[in-house]
Amino acid sequence: MKMITAIIKPFKLDDVRQAVADIGLQGITVSEVKGFGRQRGHTELYRGAEYVVDFLPKAKIELAVDDAIAEEVIEAICNAARTGEIGDGKIFVTDLDQAIRIRTGEIGTAAI
Amino acid sequence: MDDVTTLAGQVAELSYALDTFYFLVMGALVMWMAAGFTMLEAGLVRAKNTAEILTKNVGLYAIACIMYMLCGYSIMYPGAYEGGVFQNLSTIGSGLLGSSDNSAADVIASGGDTYYSGLSDFFFQVVFVATAMSIVSGAVAERMKLWAFFVFAVFLTGFIYPVQGFWKWGSGWLNELGFLDFAGSGVVHLCGAAAALAGVLLLGARKGKYGDKGQIFAIPGSNLPLATLGTLILWLGWFGFNGGSELKLSNVGEANAVALVFVNTNMAAAGGLVFALILARLWFGKADLTMALNGALAGLVAITAEPLAPTPLLATTIGAIGGVLVVGSIVALDKLRIDDPVGAISVHGVVGMWGLLAVPLSNADATLLKQLTGLVSIFGWVFVTSLIVWAILKATVGIRVDERHEYEGVDLSECGLEAYPEFTSAE
Repeated sequence: MKMITAIIKPFKLDDVRQAVADIGLQGITVSEVKGFGRQRGHTELYRGAEYVVDFLPKAKIELAVDDAIAEEVIEAICNAARTGEIGDGKIFVTDLDQAIRIRTGEIGTAAI
Repeated sequence: MDDVTTLAGQVAELSYALDTFYFLVMGALVMWMAAGFTMLEAGLVRAKNTAEILTKNVGLYAIACIMYMLCGYSIMYPGAYEGGVFQNLSTIGSGLLGSSDNSAADVIASGGDTYYSGLSDFFFQVVFVATAMSIVSGAVAERMKLWAFFVFAVFLTGFIYPVQGFWKWGSGWLNELGFLDFAGSGVVHLCGAAAALAGVLLLGARKGKYGDKGQIFAIPGSNLPLATLGTLILWLGWFGFNGGSELKLSNVGEANAVALVFVNTNMAAAGGLVFALILARLWFGKADLTMALNGALAGLVAITAEPLAPTPLLATTIGAIGGVLVVGSIVALDKLRIDDPVGAISVHGVVGMWGLLAVPLSNADATLLKQLTGLVSIFGWVFVTSLIVWAILKATVGIRVDERHEYEGVDLSECGLEAYPEFTSAE
């Protein structure tokens, strides 16, 4: 199993959610985060004093997927989240040691 | 009694009722300005300091009402007493506000001299004290100890404000001199700003506001919708502030005067807002909403010294100049490292002075020298006495919160609750 973590532009969240649902995934975790990569922040002005906002709002999604469909999921996320502008985000793939469904106690692939 | 006398009596009673009603409704509008200040300040401070400033604002309003009832009102209006710096000491004993009022017979017999309820006058005046005191709360926001602030409020509303209020509106020496201040650019706004300045100088700037190399760091407000709502509430309340200060409604001349005061008040705010916004756009490159809000308020403060004599166009101009001054003052105070999170000292102090000095532009009875005398004496009295009270508070209980509490937010240290709680265990 793999844990796929994607940091995307917040307004792309719905498109990505739809894209992974189309593949058949039924679970997703979303958090609102802030960060930057090579896309830098911008300068704002408040009552005559300038200040730099380095961090930009992003959405982070986490998906636990079976090895077999990991590539498909990654491609789907990329296609849905890409705008071509700087700041589109990144996807990180890590090995998932174990997954458990709390309600039933199922483990492994049955749990995701 | 014949019909004419009866009718005359009824007209006198009706007139009294109307003018009393006018005081009460205008007073209620000024009371609503407390909501305006509260929302404006809540919007311009950070989330972690919001509950504390809300507490400060509602608390100071209540304290002002109580202190003014206990002794402030009688210090400011000791009765038939012309001139003087402080009331005749023999009248201090009658400090506490009583509940008796004018009888119908007295009203009719007075031939128009007694034209409003005594208690309605108290109500109208008490909300002005509260306004003056609430100016201080914004300037000292985010780093002052709540209870030290409340103790100061007791002194400002119970003594410092009433004494200088007596000088002008209580028929004291400034009134005898011919100093003019229709609704309180000096008596209320400059007074509040002077007290605020004294406090801020002893308090110091918020941590992280100024750098060692002269940098000025922005600390953006947490809720601009609230700040805007607060400004519009103040704008509405100001119709009571200036309109009510005409003090009478019940004949054609007075009714027209009140109408002109409402119009001029509105126009000055409009002029202040537009010109502050334009200046902010030209100077900073962006239309800073907070400057526009301060500009509207500056316009209102500027016209408060004389909202009746100018034409609407002149009122707009006076307000516009106030709007320009306030933007410059906000930046200047930051350069002087005087940290004023909401611009209170600029809006009410700098522009309060402009308001006083602008009176000769429209009112031939005013002279620059007399206005300047009033300006200097009000500022001097309030600033010095406030400095003394703040200094005593600082030396005894301290006026500034711990650095750690300032970092965590005064909501937690002073109020024990958060304005916008996020991590509670409740669902």
